[in-house]
Amino acid sequence: MNLYEQQISNRRKTWLIMIAFVVFLLVLGLGFDAFYVGAAGGSIPIGTLAALGVGSASALGSYFNGDRAVLAATSAKPIEDVAAGASDADKLKLRQLENIVDEMAIAAGLPRPRVYVVPDADPNAFATGRGPERSSIAVTRGLLDTLDREELQGVVAHEMSHIRNLDIRVMTVVAALVGAVALLSDWARRGMMWGGGSRRRSSDRESGGSGVMAIAFFAIWVVAIVLAPFMAQLLAMMVSRRREYLADASGAELTRNPIGLAHALEKIEDAAAPTEMIKRGSAHLCIADPLGRRMNVKEGFWSDLFASHPPMAARIAALKGMAFES
Amino acid sequence: MLGLIVLAVVAVLVVWGIASYNRLVGMRNQVLNGWRQIDVQLKRRHDLIPNLVNAVRGSMDFERDTLTAVMEARSKALTATGPADAAQKEGQLSVALGRLLAVAENYPTLKSNDNVKMLQEELSATENKVGFARQFYNDIATKFNTAQQVFPTNIFAGALGFKPSELFEITDAAERDVPTVDLSRRGTA
Repeated sequence: MNLYEQQISNRRKTWLIMIAFVVFLLVLGLGFDAFYVGAAGGSIPIGTLAALGVGSASALGSYFNGDRAVLAATSAKPIEDVAAGASDADKLKLRQLENIVDEMAIAAGLPRPRVYVVPDADPNAFATGRGPERSSIAVTRGLLDTLDREELQGVVAHEMSHIRNLDIRVMTVVAALVGAVALLSDWARRGMMWGGGSRRRSSDRESGGSGVMAIAFFAIWVVAIVLAPFMAQLLAMMVSRRREYLADASGAELTRNPIGLAHALEKIEDAAAPTEMIKRGSAHLCIADPLGRRMNVKEGFWSDLFASHPPMAARIAALKGMAFES
Repeated sequence: MLGLIVLAVVAVLVVWGIASYNRLVGMRNQVLNGWRQIDVQLKRRHDLIPNLVNAVRGSMDFERDTLTAVMEARSKALTATGPADAAQKEGQLSVALGRLLAVAENYPTLKSNDNVKMLQEELSATENKVGFARQFYNDIATKFNTAQQVFPTNIFAGALGFKPSELFEITDAAERDVPTVDLSRRGTA
């Protein structure tokens, strides 16, 4: 598929996964309200709304302050500070990085993000920030030392695309849904321990036929509640992987050079060590999984389901497909 | 009942019409902005490059003059005619070398190479920026043209004064030729 077709396909799949996620949440929430809250809430699904409210509140908190937190946690330094104390060869490399970020901002039609350098020898990069007006791109020392100008431009284009496609907002919505599902699952399991669920089933208002339906729905719902955290994580990681593919394709549209990024990914994959400075919570923002690449290199069943990033081989193949190479 | 439905349909059409018109206006302004941004990069190139080249040339001249003095003194010393002459010319060579060492002390790494590399980076980055500005213009002009031409917007786009934008195009066919690279000293550049 060429880069435009890949973008369309990835956006459509994101929508499908999000709709599935919302439907899943509604099944859990409305079942919770039917079986546990019952008459107390009247016809308003209190449980669902409460879970969504709390989940959204925590997700929004990390949305508004997340960029400062992530940058501080990774000891990222602004590029101006790093350049001030750098050797001449280093100054050239840092100046190249600044020029590359400028070039990609021009190509994307966005304001220039702030640039940071993370003192880690493993090659990696991430983008963060509320939106295009307030965004930051951080790059590790290892990335600057390993990649040449063309490959570095591919990586910066990928990060710029995360900003342009508003992926931070998408993942914030996903985080809110994951939080809501986790809360509902938690409350329902507590409710089950106190035997609250039997209230509805033995209600006098159920006639014979719909009683069987209610029990069947309840059974399915219990299974869903137990599996809920697992399913939520699964759906969240599916969205994350789709957005990574989309960022690859959008980055290729910016540089018109998919092979540059493909070569960069090959070099990043060869450097096998985990990026210690970047912690688990920020993994989805990076170009490569910082938690050690074992899960994302293999293409087995579990790694396909729970990895935040697609397998490198698949990404490289998709990029080469955009360049009509095989 | 029928009246309500008709009203609802009309309301939806009006809202959609307003939204489409506003979207086209926004895109037209983005296209104009994109076109002007190319000029921004061209002016930056025009203002920046001569000054950068002069700065590098200045530092190169300084170092070249110092090195030339050393080389001339050394050649003179080799053609000395007698011990007294040799002593005098070696003395001059020492003075020239002393000057070179002083330069090296003040500038621990002779900077011509680094300056030239930085100049090359700035030159290619400037050209890249002009190229990306043109690419961005073509991208949004294409989106604008597509938005005007899809159904059903194409019904009224022309009537409301929206015209398709021209994409950036090379006017001088010679610019499509492969440039020749001649690094020999006899080259014209």
